[in-house]
Amino acid sequence: MTTRRAILAGGLTLGLARLLGAQDSLAGRGATGTLRDPGAAGRPRDPSTARDNDPFIYTVEHRIKCQCGCNLDVYTCRTTDFTCQTSPAMHRTVLELQDQGKTEQQIVDAFIAKYGEKALMAPVPKGFNLAGYLVPGFLITLAGIALTAYLMRRGRVAASAAASEPAVPNITPTGAASADELERLRRAMAEDEV
Amino acid sequence: MTLLGQFALWVAALVGIWGAAIGYSGRWRGRPALEQSVIRAVYGVFALLVVAAVCLWQGLITHDFNIEYVSSYTSRNLPSYYIISAFWAGQKGSLLFWALVLSLFASLAQWFTPSRHRSLMPHVAAVTLTITVFFLSVMLFAANPFSRLSFTPEDGRGLNPQLQNVGMVMHPPMLYLGYISIGIPFAFAMAALLSRRLDPGWIQAIRKWTLVSWLFLSIGITLGMWWAYVELGWGGYWAWDPVENASLLPWLTMTAFLHSVMIQEKRGMLKRWNFMLIIGSFLLSIFGTFITRSGVISSVHSFTQSSVGYFFLAFLVMAAVLSYTLLYTRWPLLEAEVQLESLASREAAFLFNNLVLIGIAFSVLWGTLFPILSEAVRGTKISVGPPFFNKVNIPLGLLLLLLTGIGPLIAWRKATTANLKRQFIVPVATGVATAVLLFLLGMRDGYVLMALGLAGFVSGTIGQEFTRGVRARRRMYSESFPTAFAHLIARNRRRYGGYIVHAGMVIYFVAFSGMAFKREREATLKPGESVELTSPYGDTYRLTHQGISQYEALNRVVTAAAVEVTRNGRRIGVMSSEKRQHVDSFGRPTFEPSTEVAIKSTPREDLYIVFAGAVSGTEEAVYRFTINPLVMWVWAGAVVLVVGGLLTMWPGSGPTGVPRREQAGYQVQLVGAAGAKDQD
Repeated sequence: MTTRRAILAGGLTLGLARLLGAQDSLAGRGATGTLRDPGAAGRPRDPSTARDNDPFIYTVEHRIKCQCGCNLDVYTCRTTDFTCQTSPAMHRTVLELQDQGKTEQQIVDAFIAKYGEKALMAPVPKGFNLAGYLVPGFLITLAGIALTAYLMRRGRVAASAAASEPAVPNITPTGAASADELERLRRAMAEDEV
Repeated sequence: MTLLGQFALWVAALVGIWGAAIGYSGRWRGRPALEQSVIRAVYGVFALLVVAAVCLWQGLITHDFNIEYVSSYTSRNLPSYYIISAFWAGQKGSLLFWALVLSLFASLAQWFTPSRHRSLMPHVAAVTLTITVFFLSVMLFAANPFSRLSFTPEDGRGLNPQLQNVGMVMHPPMLYLGYISIGIPFAFAMAALLSRRLDPGWIQAIRKWTLVSWLFLSIGITLGMWWAYVELGWGGYWAWDPVENASLLPWLTMTAFLHSVMIQEKRGMLKRWNFMLIIGSFLLSIFGTFITRSGVISSVHSFTQSSVGYFFLAFLVMAAVLSYTLLYTRWPLLEAEVQLESLASREAAFLFNNLVLIGIAFSVLWGTLFPILSEAVRGTKISVGPPFFNKVNIPLGLLLLLLTGIGPLIAWRKATTANLKRQFIVPVATGVATAVLLFLLGMRDGYVLMALGLAGFVSGTIGQEFTRGVRARRRMYSESFPTAFAHLIARNRRRYGGYIVHAGMVIYFVAFSGMAFKREREATLKPGESVELTSPYGDTYRLTHQGISQYEALNRVVTAAAVEVTRNGRRIGVMSSEKRQHVDSFGRPTFEPSTEVAIKSTPREDLYIVFAGAVSGTEEAVYRFTINPLVMWVWAGAVVLVVGGLLTMWPGSGPTGVPRREQAGYQVQLVGAAGAKDQD
């Protein structure tokens, strides 16, 4: 639901921005010098466009894993590891597929068709993959039910044992506690509590 | 010096084998000289490993690039503190570091353990020596830090730029200290099983070690998060990477142990379970090392793939089989002294807490290994990333937070309905009020509402405990508020230190919730151009590109892009994000250019600026701007957690288990509960 809303909002924003001819950046003075050592500044970048901030692109690229071996999704990799050539290429593919009018799922499916299931950041919850999603929850629920049943049974056993015990304590008092003893007891109990 | 280092490793291995063999054989019984020999083997191995470590550091400091390790991880122009930290930057050096710290901890355990536990110590020595000998074997047969090259390079390759960060100087040693120190409680547990001394003595002996280990793991994990946040530039601090997961696993099981051991101390229950947790924690620490060093699961954090992984896998399997078999043979001796009495008891709450902690550990382990399982079963490679872990673990995390608030509210043994009402009304009201207030303020994210509502509930619990304690002290001793507060904590550091740790966890959860409101955008700006970004609080940041400058520093060429920042029209300052091209002492590039993030932290949010690169070698810059709410509170939560942890382990922080249980029995007998002494 959130995704759909995000896509809708993103699409509307992008559409309006294009319609109004809005700039990505606010106007400035614009004087641009050249760097003394461009190689030291990392890989040369193309100027970003409004599409780089499109929520639709964010959503799709967060679902697809970069195939450079970094374990990151395409969006995170292309905006983090500026030496990676794979994620920018995958980004361009996403843009091309969007231009072809593909939906989010169709774009994701295109990547699965090309790279297999490892193109996804999380396995599709069907077939064997369901075990991945459900086994932890299932086992924890099972253990929780077993633990609750055990504790309830223990509670009943303890209650019936208490009921069958004599009402009068079987400890024979050797005499009334002295004031000093009572004070010591009070302090000991208070310390345990406070 | 490398020859001396190698020699020290070999002699340490032989001394370790001698000590372990005698320790396990039990022939030291009634032969004090032999018993002393086992203990001295521990000190001897430590001394020899100090010699080996000094030799490696000497090679690093004197730039002996003929040593393969030195040339791989340092260069002449590397700042001196990174030369020191290069010791643990690579596979081979970190193995030596591990063995060194383990032998140090083993020596400290021998030296400081009170004499009443002396009968355990030869077995403790045998176990710690076995682990040390394993690490020595890995070094001697697969990853020797003193191996030499057939030539001497003019300069070394230097340290990976991402490791040239103060976080990386501290994060690995802290995490190693956490991993390694688990070996000491494990050794005591094995010693108790081997010697059949299964009274609570071993629990008392390891209490501080388990806390030390847990604290180091907590600090190490948080420092790792901090390093990832400030250095890697992806704008987050936790990515559910296999190596990150591997560090979380023993932390979860140790947290479970720290709770369940209280039940053994107070009530004499869960003896078997506690053994299982300690053994499991140790095995998970070895598993983490296996994951990091084997390359079996791809991770951005792992060392390069090597044969070392097979050693760890073999050790892991052997340790698991031997330790659980030993536990099985002692199973009948580990009967609980009493049985649980009620579902409404603190013991039950702690059991559920253990269930959830172990459940989270299992789900993290399951998710980490699921790609391997899937490939084995279906022959299909899959990836399991953050969307999977978030889906599975966020509900479990919230359940854990709920139990964090419930545990302290329920009485030991059995709580009455009246007691439950009295205890729960304030915390529940606080939690509900927090959630309702946030809903009315417009927050609609279900998970965040739940997290913050539960944070309110746990805060209510903690606040109520402190308030009642202070009130009681003021009533009993007529103390002022600050004095009563200070005495309350000082008189029972373990209990109130624990509450402070819980407060740290609450702060963590609140901070984690903030990431749901992250805002980001990319922009390409020429000098003087601006872009605006609105924070989740509605503040407008205006970010104006000032230009790009280039200059040379000690071991790098820096390209710095400066951004002037205003918030709601008020100037905040200039922030500078950099690209760094590291070079060796001859000016030759050593690694690909790395990125240095610019971060402006406030309690509300972080403004996070990444200079992604220049357009066509000009001053036109591509930026990624991110607003990350509440990140500062992640680090604050860690500080609170560490303060609480230190309080609980501070010397004299309360009586140990056995006297306390006897005391409780004595009290019950005095008030006349029949048969209570027998049960308790």
